[in-house]
Amino acid sequence: MMHSATDMAADPRARATRPEGTLVSDPDDGTELLEVSMGPHHPSTHGVFRMDVALDGEKVARLKPVFGYLHRNHEKLGEGNSYLASMPYTDRLDYICSLTNNWAYALAVEKLAGQEVPERAEYLRVIVGELTRVQNHALSVGFLLQDMGASGTPLMYGFREREKILDLFEALTGSRMMCNYMRFGGCRVDATPEWLDATRKVVAGLPGFADEFEALLCTNEILMARTQGVGILKPDLAVSAGITGPMLRASGVNYDIRKVDHYSIYDRFDFKVPLGDHGDVYDRFMIRLLELRQSIGILEQALKDIPGGPVMDPKAKIRNFRPKPGEAYGRIEAPKGELGFYLISDGGPNPYRYRVRPPSFVNLTVLEDMCLGHNVADVVLILGSVDIVLGEVDR
Amino acid sequence: MLGEGILKGLAETAKNFAGSYVSKERLTTVQYPEERVAPIEASRVFPFLVYDGGDWQAGLRCVACQICEKECPPKCIYIEKSKDKKPDYVGKPQIYPARFDIDVSVCMSCQICVEVCPFEAIKMDTEFELATDDRFGGLLRSRDQLAKSNEYYHGIHPTEAAEVDARLAEEKAKVEAKAKAAAEAAAAKAAAEPATPAAKPAGGESK
Repeated sequence: MMHSATDMAADPRARATRPEGTLVSDPDDGTELLEVSMGPHHPSTHGVFRMDVALDGEKVARLKPVFGYLHRNHEKLGEGNSYLASMPYTDRLDYICSLTNNWAYALAVEKLAGQEVPERAEYLRVIVGELTRVQNHALSVGFLLQDMGASGTPLMYGFREREKILDLFEALTGSRMMCNYMRFGGCRVDATPEWLDATRKVVAGLPGFADEFEALLCTNEILMARTQGVGILKPDLAVSAGITGPMLRASGVNYDIRKVDHYSIYDRFDFKVPLGDHGDVYDRFMIRLLELRQSIGILEQALKDIPGGPVMDPKAKIRNFRPKPGEAYGRIEAPKGELGFYLISDGGPNPYRYRVRPPSFVNLTVLEDMCLGHNVADVVLILGSVDIVLGEVDR
Repeated sequence: MLGEGILKGLAETAKNFAGSYVSKERLTTVQYPEERVAPIEASRVFPFLVYDGGDWQAGLRCVACQICEKECPPKCIYIEKSKDKKPDYVGKPQIYPARFDIDVSVCMSCQICVEVCPFEAIKMDTEFELATDDRFGGLLRSRDQLAKSNEYYHGIHPTEAAEVDARLAEEKAKVEAKAKAAAEAAAAKAAAEPATPAAKPAGGESK
């Protein structure tokens, strides 16, 4: 590569502190930094997100992420609403993966109230959760290619697979994106045998999609030239910044909450955690494709073993649900990283404190470290490889 | 080899381009206003109030308990209780909603109101063409617009409606059996003690 992050980090101009302003002159060599505001309506920012970038020529000398444009008061609303009424709001956090949001919240409340989940409901949760991961990764690699300038085609391949999965979600939950499916102590409705057959059919077609996508793109010269060695995230920085999910694993840190926490029934499935070597954009792209394949494996096993039985704990209360006073933190491996809900109950019908730990938000904090010294065109790519959804970042 | 990736990509695109004309299942576009896809059974758009029988005012299942109003996450339901009472499906006198409004522009189709309703009175409609040129009045649905018959409910969610009907019939049978048993017990008691015949049966029925 022409340049790497480490070369530029040694450049004294790279992270010098400068006064606020639109144009900042550099006293050393007479050149000036140009401050560019990327966003909040820039098409590459995946939502309303702004980056204040200071450019030294084409290179990024400073980058300040600015967010909060989509703030919707999610956490305070959660404190004013009953436990159940917050469930549909969790759909609107990361609106690509509503089912995993439901799951993390249900897990936190179940921990708080000490509720059991029937086995069939656990299987259904794993099935819909892994389908969510597949469609999220299909979409995120598609968007990454779109950011790279492959206008449309790879993204539409991702959308085509996502469409089939969204049809399954619609048939099961009644809504394509705002699923609102999980309840404290199980799932809202049971899957019919026809739905399970349709899911098996869709899952059987997924390896073909992954093969096609990999054959098409993984060795593409343009993709490799644009992504390899770009936006490197060192493992020690990733760990100290609290990065989770595919971002962390692309840097080579073996940390998957499905393996660490053994939540739900993930112990029963045989799957591997793919790890990257370099922590660059290419690794993050590949990690998602590899995880997609592992998810297909989990789906096949879960669809084979799913038992019969109820999908709701018979002791679960829909009305007048008041967990005993206490606190709980429930977390899952969402497609974007660790998604956690922290709840404090004072024994009333509403949570006393309701806090979301969103993966996209935390993963964004290292954006400047990854972008320094790279061309401004690479900033778009690096941001795309973080895989953010602003609904979750701003809440 | 330089350019291999581009050739591979073009081949893949060409395959998909040709395939989209040949493969039937890939022709997914529907010419919407003229052609329509039938809504799926699980579909949920906007709540409606179920009534039994022919008269919506007499048959409304809602008893204005206001649980849905309280549980609604975006608080789009407004209910006013009636002063008088009308008989419900088991014949028990119940209050009814004198006013029941739902704001279309606030509702987020989450179905929480349906789940918390203990009387199977509010259900989800699959009608999705709710657009109107009236920003205020047209988006606030009152109870006469919300009331839809049980037959309509059977038409859009047949499986769910059948389950609900079975559950209601069971409850009704239980209530009737209980009332009958209470009446018989009261009659037996009245026969045994002819001194106090009048007030007892009514007390037994309302148990």
